[in-house]
Amino acid sequence: MAQTAFVDEGLDHEHGHEPQGFIAKYIWSQDHKVIAIQYTLTAIAVGLLALVMSWLMRMQIGFPGSLEMVDQERYYQFVTMHGMIMVIYLLTALFLGGFGNYLIPLMIGARDMVFPYVNMLSYWTYLLSVLVLVASFFVPGGPTGAGWTLYPPQAILPGTPGRDWGIILMLVSLVIFVAAFTMGGLNYITTVLQARTRGMTMMRLPLTVWGIFVATVLGLLAFPALFVSGVMMLLDRLLGTSFFMPAVLSQGEMLEYSGGSPLLFQHLFWFFGHPEVYIVALPGFGIVSDLISTHARKNIFGYRMMVWAILAIGGLSFVVWAHHMYVSGMNPYFGFFFAFTTLIIAIPTAIKVYNWVLTLWRGDIHLTVPMLFSLAFILTFVAGGMSGLFLGNVVVDVPLSDTYFVVAHFHMVMGVAPILVIFGGLYHWYPKVTGRMLNDTLGKIHFWITFLGTYAIFFPMHYLGFVGIPRRYFEFEGIAFIPDSAHLLNEWITIAALVVGAAQFLFLFNLAWSAVRGRPSGANPWRSTTLEWQTPETPPGHGNWGARLPIVYRWAYDFSVPGAAEDYIPQNRPPERDAPGLHGSLRAEGAAP
Amino acid sequence: MAVGVILAALVVGSVIFSLLSPWWFTPLASNWGTIDDTLIITFVITGAVFAVLMLFMAYAVARFRHRDGARADYEPENRRLELWLTGATSVGIAAMLAPGLIVWNDFIRVPEGASTVEALGQQWSWSFRFPGADGVLGTADTSRITAENPFGLDPDDPRGRDDVLVSGGELHLPAGTPVKVVLRSTDVLHNFYVPQFRAKMDLVPGMVSYFWFTPEKTGTYEILCAELCGVGHSLMRGTVVVEDEGTFRPWLEQNPTFAQSLGRRPEQDVAEIRDEVQGEGGAEP
Ligand code: HEM
Ligand SMILES: [Cu+2]
Ligand SMILES: [Cu+2]
Repeated sequence: MAQTAFVDEGLDHEHGHEPQGFIAKYIWSQDHKVIAIQYTLTAIAVGLLALVMSWLMRMQIGFPGSLEMVDQERYYQFVTMHGMIMVIYLLTALFLGGFGNYLIPLMIGARDMVFPYVNMLSYWTYLLSVLVLVASFFVPGGPTGAGWTLYPPQAILPGTPGRDWGIILMLVSLVIFVAAFTMGGLNYITTVLQARTRGMTMMRLPLTVWGIFVATVLGLLAFPALFVSGVMMLLDRLLGTSFFMPAVLSQGEMLEYSGGSPLLFQHLFWFFGHPEVYIVALPGFGIVSDLISTHARKNIFGYRMMVWAILAIGGLSFVVWAHHMYVSGMNPYFGFFFAFTTLIIAIPTAIKVYNWVLTLWRGDIHLTVPMLFSLAFILTFVAGGMSGLFLGNVVVDVPLSDTYFVVAHFHMVMGVAPILVIFGGLYHWYPKVTGRMLNDTLGKIHFWITFLGTYAIFFPMHYLGFVGIPRRYFEFEGIAFIPDSAHLLNEWITIAALVVGAAQFLFLFNLAWSAVRGRPSGANPWRSTTLEWQTPETPPGHGNWGARLPIVYRWAYDFSVPGAAEDYIPQNRPPERDAPGLHGSLRAEGAAP
Repeated sequence: MAVGVILAALVVGSVIFSLLSPWWFTPLASNWGTIDDTLIITFVITGAVFAVLMLFMAYAVARFRHRDGARADYEPENRRLELWLTGATSVGIAAMLAPGLIVWNDFIRVPEGASTVEALGQQWSWSFRFPGADGVLGTADTSRITAENPFGLDPDDPRGRDDVLVSGGELHLPAGTPVKVVLRSTDVLHNFYVPQFRAKMDLVPGMVSYFWFTPEKTGTYEILCAELCGVGHSLMRGTVVVEDEGTFRPWLEQNPTFAQSLGRRPEQDVAEIRDEVQGEGGAEP
């Protein structure tokens, strides 16, 4: 392996000496790799909680009354906590805190994040937010059951579970989470902008870094809206202000509130909430691009277009939020504008899909587990994207809004699809993190059950939405328009959900078992081009690069270059004088940042 | 090979499922056939794109799976192809968006001559109000609500005196007349939803929202609440009966007007009604 590097004069004290002792190394660690693992494991742990809650809900829907513990209150508490945990505490934390932390410094050739101490604080703050969230299960009245959207007035009024304590802890936890995210996010952005190694221009960044970078920018712009709405709702709940509260007659009692606007909260929430969809989608887009390219041994098709598409999607994601509010009672003329912007965003998104598929075309496709998950991602994401065009197209949303069509849509597009990429990414980078391969057979079993199972859960669910079955319903007793066959379908869906959930334990077993027993992977088992695979040690040591930082000479996608001896050329391999003008425009293109 | 075949089978299976699915819309009972049409246009376009794109992917996976000695092409970009695909996508998007916006324009404009009815939501029941002989709903406000005045009508407002109040969650509507449904909530968000009418809209406390439709088929339909409103959400049901004008009128007349509900003759002095309401309920203006 060509290891070209230059002496890193800026090797500072922090990185000069490796921290000693278990606690310094693995607990109060400032090493981005350890922080990444901490984030990942915490997110997986809290995600399991959300998974178990989805089982309990599905039992109630498929086999009503079968579990005595799932009563109305608990059902709504599960809906809420499941949704919130999945979106925020699992996906956002795992993509940015987990993948972002691990991959950014390694992929851009840095020794660490630029503010390692703040990075460490980010994790511990995140952990605190998780603990506050989990604590809400143990307070009187339990966690909030207001739905993950936490719409007031309902969220803070009697009649909603967890109105006394649960909602307070939920809001406090979110506010803490935003603080944690901000510390991490500032780090990711500054690191990408400031700490790229020599030769790593922005237009040579792997798409994974682009995806995480733009997602972080979105997060830093969007999360403040969640932050302020959380604080304002806390004030409404605790001090009796009326930001979101009009005059309300709550269960026979006239409350002191007056003049506030429930719709204001919805605007603030979705101003955060829609970009949030892309905060979990863009890192997924980036990762899947790199997985496909690597495992199909072919350059990503249309790299520049992919970067522009990420930027366009990121920008547009801030002007589509009210497509969640077509039937909210807001001024109906907004519908024209938001339907227009929403459908426009489909164009850059479609370009990404085309380019993934075209990357496969004339590739040399290795059907490894990461590749399988990538293919599953594309199919699931496209299915979910298509149903998004229904819901974005204002008037078509009217019959479908608040039905199971919506549940099917968002699970496909922002639930299952990102989870599939996460799995793909974990199978792909696990060897770098541990030095061992995950077991392939277990991986394939896990893949097929998860992919086909989630499709079986969520594809038919669209049709329950066509029937008109409303979401967030504890029971469907006595609703005449729902045919018996729909109840039957719900039973099948529940069974599929149980199977899919169980398969995840196979994956967890694989994670644990392979860390000890897995086949040693070597430094670069997938024969990848990007820098993280070119570290002198695997797993990379403290400071990542030994004495010398790598120098980058080419883009991240030199696979199967005509005339080259191997079917990949690492980014840090210098051009060979005897093979001139190999791969034209793109490398020359790389403008300085 | 196997993977490509499974992917293709999944796509073909999805298409077949869609064609054979017994799970489909309830029969339409309002004028909003145009919504259904727009939905079908969207369905056909997105379904076709999904099938073609994913079958192409399945084919690529089968055709270009790894073989010994095979090597991938090197093709960083293809300007023409990318532009062409962008253009085609834009056309498809426009084909869905245009009818969508046209129908939306109808959806938000209440036709001349539509009648009005108010749906009032509270945890977890429905009540309704018709404007009475003058055709205009009297002003109402949550802060005026008392046991005697459950709609919070303003006793000072003469237009409210003849308003017909319907409690018990059963609404009747005459077939064939466009109706503007005015929505109000006393406590939290709710949503007035009748699947057969296709239309729905949130009720928002502190403001008045609306939508309109023409009930076209006589029959009895369920009203569901489609916006999470607390533990009783799935139990917040009502009924709407669509009938001919001839059956509707007598039904409407059975229900008390606001004035009657206060135990007074309709012609009684407005000021007197006000005194009574304020005396008993303590609702300050
Ligand atoms: C096999 C996996 C999953 C199953 C079986 C499942 C099941 C469910 C169920 C039964 C509901 C409640 C539906 C209702 O009553 O309206 C729900 C809601 C939800 N789920 Fe999942 N889910 C899964 C994975 C995910 C993932 C990965 C995400 C990540 C984004 C997610 C996000 C949500 C959200 C945001 C809600 C809405 C909560 C609300 O209505 O307030 N789910 N899910
Ligand atoms: Cu959105
Ligand atoms: Cu409700």
